[in-house]
Amino acid sequence: MIEDLQIVKVGMADLNVVQGSGIIRTTGLGSCVGLTLYDSIAQIAGMAHVMLPSSDTAREGQLNLMKYADTAIPVLIEKMEKLGGQRRRMGAKMAGGAQMFAFNSMSDTMRIGPRNVENCKEMLMKLSIPLLAEDTGGNFGRTIEMNCQTGILHIRSVQMGVKEL
Amino acid sequence: MEIFRNLAEVNVDVLREVGNIGAGHAATALSRLVDKPIDMAVPAVRMLPFDEIAEQVGGPEQIVIATFLRVEGDAPGNLFFLMKPSASKKLLRSLSGIEVVSDDEYTEMEISALSEIGNILAGSYLSSLADFTGLFMTPTVPALAIDMAGAILSYGLMQFGQMGDGALLIDTTFLEGDEEVEGQFFLIPDPSSFAKIFRALGVPYE
Repeated sequence: MIEDLQIVKVGMADLNVVQGSGIIRTTGLGSCVGLTLYDSIAQIAGMAHVMLPSSDTAREGQLNLMKYADTAIPVLIEKMEKLGGQRRRMGAKMAGGAQMFAFNSMSDTMRIGPRNVENCKEMLMKLSIPLLAEDTGGNFGRTIEMNCQTGILHIRSVQMGVKEL
Repeated sequence: MEIFRNLAEVNVDVLREVGNIGAGHAATALSRLVDKPIDMAVPAVRMLPFDEIAEQVGGPEQIVIATFLRVEGDAPGNLFFLMKPSASKKLLRSLSGIEVVSDDEYTEMEISALSEIGNILAGSYLSSLADFTGLFMTPTVPALAIDMAGAILSYGLMQFGQMGDGALLIDTTFLEGDEEVEGQFFLIPDPSSFAKIFRALGVPYE
């Protein structure tokens, strides 16, 4: 059977939601974190492609809330709530946060992947959203997509093949 | 993109020339290595949104062989040399002493040869830039990765992430004959480096 599934793409430092049947996808995650929230009752999936851990470091004029772990997650929740999602029903899954290159001198910039993961977790805790599963760290890139009907997160990487969370 | 709004045509020309000098020397090094003439395209200087940067090499999921090094010193930045797998295999085949068996997998020997090639090319790119600008620029030990272009390039954009949603890159493509693209250089100077590069070259910059 051929289904016409709606595919919603999420770019870097961006976020989006999909409801009903459909797939939400972001490609080429390196040190960025792909964070997903899912409300199974309302069948709403949300995904954020988080680039940096904290908006405290921002020096840009107009703050892009979708770029930082601490600001993107609340925006994502709000967007899902507008579609009828409820925060207390949401569970999170995430992938990414790799260290693409290994160096001896580990400055803070080089540790950006792990810090993205840490800050996402901290934020989820603050918002009391359970983290159901994660595939983070390592030194490889990932492409992820979530099926809105099942809430399953598919993770594809060059080194590790395909994985489901 | 506040800081780039004032980038005048003359500034872009200077950056293009910077790319030209660096990639020109690297192309010479590469053509000695494979003992064939290597051409290069005129470098492009572009201010691109993050999403479009990976498009320059065939999309965020395109598998690439990447040498990355961080440039430290007077004008810090990130330097990438990217090749597609087919180009890297072609390059390996043209080197003596390496027998390429598989098209999809890399032996330890091949990885080692590729990182050495990346090392030589990035090194000659950088040292000619340093000569040209008179700026002190020193590379970190280069790292090699074979992975999705999006994952690799996004790593070089973090400094820009704090300033805006795009980055300025100077990219140059190598061609062997006119058939296949051999590789691509991306120089992504840190935002703070522009003033230093322009000053070093005697170009006014606000």
